[in-house]
Amino acid sequence: MKYVGQAIKRKEDPRLISGSSTYVDDIALPGMLHMAVARSIYAHARIKRIDISRATRLPGVHSIVTGEEIASKCGPIPVAGEIPKMKKPVMHLLALGKVIYVGQPIAAVVASDKYIARDAADLIEIEYEPLPAVTNPEKALQPGSPVIHEQYSDNQAYTFGFETGNTEEAFKTADVVVKERFINQRLAPISMETRGAVATMQMPENELVIWSSTQIPHLLKTQLAVMVGVPENRARVITPEVGGGFGSKLNVYAEEGLVAYLAMKTGHPVKWIEGRRENIASTIHGRDQINDVELALKKDGTILGMRAKVVADIGAYYQLLTAIIPQLTGLLAPGAYRVPAFKFDLVSAFTNKMATDAYRGAGRPEATYLIERIMDVAAQKLKLDPAEIRRKNFPKPSEFPFQTSGGVVYDSANYEAALDKALNIADYAGLRRKQAEMRKQGKYMGIGLSSYVEICAMGPSVAMPAGGWESATVRIDPTAKVTVLTGASPHGQGQETSFAQIIADQFGITMEDVFVQHGDTARIPYGIGTFGSRATAVGGTAMYNAGQKLREKMQKLAGHILQVNPEKIVFEDGKIIAKDGSGKSMGFGEVVTQAYIARQLPPGMEPGLEATNFFEPSNFTFPFGTHVCVVQIDEETGEPKITKYVAVDDCGNVINPLLVEGQVHGGIVQGIAQALYEEVVYDENGQLLTGSLMDYALPRAHDLPMFELDRTVTPSPVNPLGVKGVGEAGTIGSTPAVVNAIVDALSPLGITHVDMPVRAEKVWKILKGRKAS
Amino acid sequence: MISQEFDYTVATSLSEAVGLLQKHGDKAKLLAGGHSLIPMMKLRLATPGLLIDIGRLPELTYINEEGGTIRIGALTTHQLIETSEVLNRRCRSLAEAAGLIGDIQVRNKGTIAGSIAHADPAADYPATLLAFDASIVALGPKGERTIPASQFFVDMMTTALQANEIVREIRITPRSGKAGSAYLKMAQKASGFAICGASANVELDGSGAIGSVSIGITGVANRAFRATETEKALIGQKPSATLLRSACEKASNGVTALEDIHASADYRLDLARIYARRALEKALERVS
Repeated sequence: MKYVGQAIKRKEDPRLISGSSTYVDDIALPGMLHMAVARSIYAHARIKRIDISRATRLPGVHSIVTGEEIASKCGPIPVAGEIPKMKKPVMHLLALGKVIYVGQPIAAVVASDKYIARDAADLIEIEYEPLPAVTNPEKALQPGSPVIHEQYSDNQAYTFGFETGNTEEAFKTADVVVKERFINQRLAPISMETRGAVATMQMPENELVIWSSTQIPHLLKTQLAVMVGVPENRARVITPEVGGGFGSKLNVYAEEGLVAYLAMKTGHPVKWIEGRRENIASTIHGRDQINDVELALKKDGTILGMRAKVVADIGAYYQLLTAIIPQLTGLLAPGAYRVPAFKFDLVSAFTNKMATDAYRGAGRPEATYLIERIMDVAAQKLKLDPAEIRRKNFPKPSEFPFQTSGGVVYDSANYEAALDKALNIADYAGLRRKQAEMRKQGKYMGIGLSSYVEICAMGPSVAMPAGGWESATVRIDPTAKVTVLTGASPHGQGQETSFAQIIADQFGITMEDVFVQHGDTARIPYGIGTFGSRATAVGGTAMYNAGQKLREKMQKLAGHILQVNPEKIVFEDGKIIAKDGSGKSMGFGEVVTQAYIARQLPPGMEPGLEATNFFEPSNFTFPFGTHVCVVQIDEETGEPKITKYVAVDDCGNVINPLLVEGQVHGGIVQGIAQALYEEVVYDENGQLLTGSLMDYALPRAHDLPMFELDRTVTPSPVNPLGVKGVGEAGTIGSTPAVVNAIVDALSPLGITHVDMPVRAEKVWKILKGRKAS
Repeated sequence: MISQEFDYTVATSLSEAVGLLQKHGDKAKLLAGGHSLIPMMKLRLATPGLLIDIGRLPELTYINEEGGTIRIGALTTHQLIETSEVLNRRCRSLAEAAGLIGDIQVRNKGTIAGSIAHADPAADYPATLLAFDASIVALGPKGERTIPASQFFVDMMTTALQANEIVREIRITPRSGKAGSAYLKMAQKASGFAICGASANVELDGSGAIGSVSIGITGVANRAFRATETEKALIGQKPSATLLRSACEKASNGVTALEDIHASADYRLDLARIYARRALEKALERVS
């Protein structure tokens, strides 16, 4: 192994750092028009009248479309994630008759430049009749609430639930039952690059070509072809550089359909680039659940059963996967523990807010938060050390594959090893001693653990709304340069590097000879895309399998030419060598040339060197680990400060430790930010109060401590690479560790829970309350 | 995030800029570093018809020490203030406040006069300028006038400047005896502006008692204010932990505090008390 496992710097970085790469906004086409969107300023209102006359008269305005035209010409926003018996309101690309959230597109303008387009959008006069809005999901579910989709009698989008084992019995026989309500607040994904799309019709076959900042070029191509009515073989999606997505670009948005439709209608290329305020208001949000959790235990801390009642606030309508995200919470809620009986009840409510969907972790951070928090509540009640109650309930490594009461089968794990390693690195015993001393001085120091597991490598097709496989083609050109075409669609993860490492090792060549291409549906065989920590585990495996096919072919060909047993042939340092004592070898390039010259092929062998694999995984993978967070609380202002952060993650085999650490770092930062800073806030009228980055608090480097990272390695049996995926681990593992630390710090005051984001003022109120009493 | 259409002109002198302001009235806005104005224009909260760019007047960037007085030119950037040797030596809290503004890109472009003329109630400088009893020199059609900092900050986004006046210079005469100063803030996590910022100046007399003290507080109310009751309770006293604590309990007496999604009024009032004391403690540590 020459490259795999090495900390190799990303091939992508020079072009990104030097600003020489191409994003959607860098695309400029002759005659290109610019689109701006007029959006609702009300959360819930009837549209009485739309007057576009002033906007139309603005010089430079080319065309303006509104709801009726679009509803008659374009299909609705696609919904792939479905729950049996769910209400299925149709959502058109532009509002038709009424608006149901602030930021909903009402009209689209195309003009000769983006400034005129924006001015024209502001000149569109929209007369509203405001309706009462509902922004609290529990209120939305009550009788008498304003109904958002009036064809239905209420706002209950769907329910979902299951029970494994006998929870009633478990709770009846329990020594102790703990319960707590956790709010998992609404977050905005906020990628560095906002959304954006350019569409054009290209001759000679009238092909619709769309550049979009998306995580799913192929699925987008299919959906847009259907939406605007072009044959799919005349539709092409290209993802140039994509500046992050975090799940928010795992979607098909109204604006993508609008640019496509308007390019077809006007005959001009049309560009739309999302502004940051649009990004916060009109790109999907994440999380937003209320979790009522009860845990039944024996006195010694053994878990007997759990009940979780979840109210999910899914916003005003469904985006692509909205409905299935809270379902994932149920699958993972038992976490890294033996929970013999589990009952999960989910009710999802429509509210007058932007739709929720997949945001880094997508349903699993909520699950991890609820189980990791309730474990601490139980430990507190039973006066057990949080590490020990966890250890007591871990399944042993020999019990894997482990069937959980969440309904999934965990592939492989050693939870205790990761816990022990994290505790060692953090000097847990020393921290507890220090905490005892600090408490004597009236200081608030807390230590929080999170022993998480997560569902990655999404996933087997039976569990996925649109196929869970991935494709790859490996092609070796006559000059021995290797091209990889992957259906994965990296947008910051670095697979151009890690995939080149894998292929270079497979063929004994240098990474420089490997070119990994992605994100152009005209070049790449149909694929699924990058999300759910799947690109390496599923897409990387497809590539590896395709590579193996070519290796076998080259072995046969070289064996035939050299007259040696193909099974004895190895690939090393650019050579193909017979390890049979004969000393025979050929250059890698010579064998490649022979495959194309095709005069010495063995009987029955096709010329050329290209192979494709569509890999269907047999299961998800389940990475895990333990995070330890230490906080110090300012006893006057209440401000929590993280003073130490240790993360031991196990994502199976590691292709490139630098990339893994980068993912873990970014993930921890976003997880900490949920715990401490971030929250999308709507007022009771549905106005967005955190509509800019002046009010929506993203984490900054100087707010955060150094992270001490380490790992254990438990290969996954689900794929030949033994990898599990690491894109979301940090986000999923970190949030409860931080909140557990804060609650631990405040536990001498009898505090059992503090809701996120734990801003200084919340803690200040607790400290004040104590002084008052 | 695209502004409305506007005209743009570059002023070649401050008096030309005053003339342009005079001529165009309300529709004109001065552009210096642009770090408050341009975001507001992009949000279409500000829609000036004309921008008068004074940001290229080199004669307005300076920090001079003459006699006991330090003069800071209007276009001096936060970064120059943060790193100024003179200010770090004589007006430590001002350099400290500058260093806590935004990030390095903002500090490289943003200017002191732009910030104070904008008069954001959560900006950092006002607390410090109040604590130093600074004065602001404004240039108008009739020439220059000097406005004490205590009269300059009138209300939220409102100063004592007339529509045709431009800030030309900030003057500070720091105490020359055994004095120290400090600025501390709790930042709003999204914007970096102060939920509460406190700036303290203290000077000890020969006996070690507090000879002079001033505390400015920003972020808490519609404009920065002086904690006068606290100052009164401290003057002439020997500093002690008990004294500081009891005096600073009065730091936000009588103040009507702001309230928003980032902090309640009660919290801001308490932060004023806490940060006043902490700034004072730090200023005392620095007395030399």
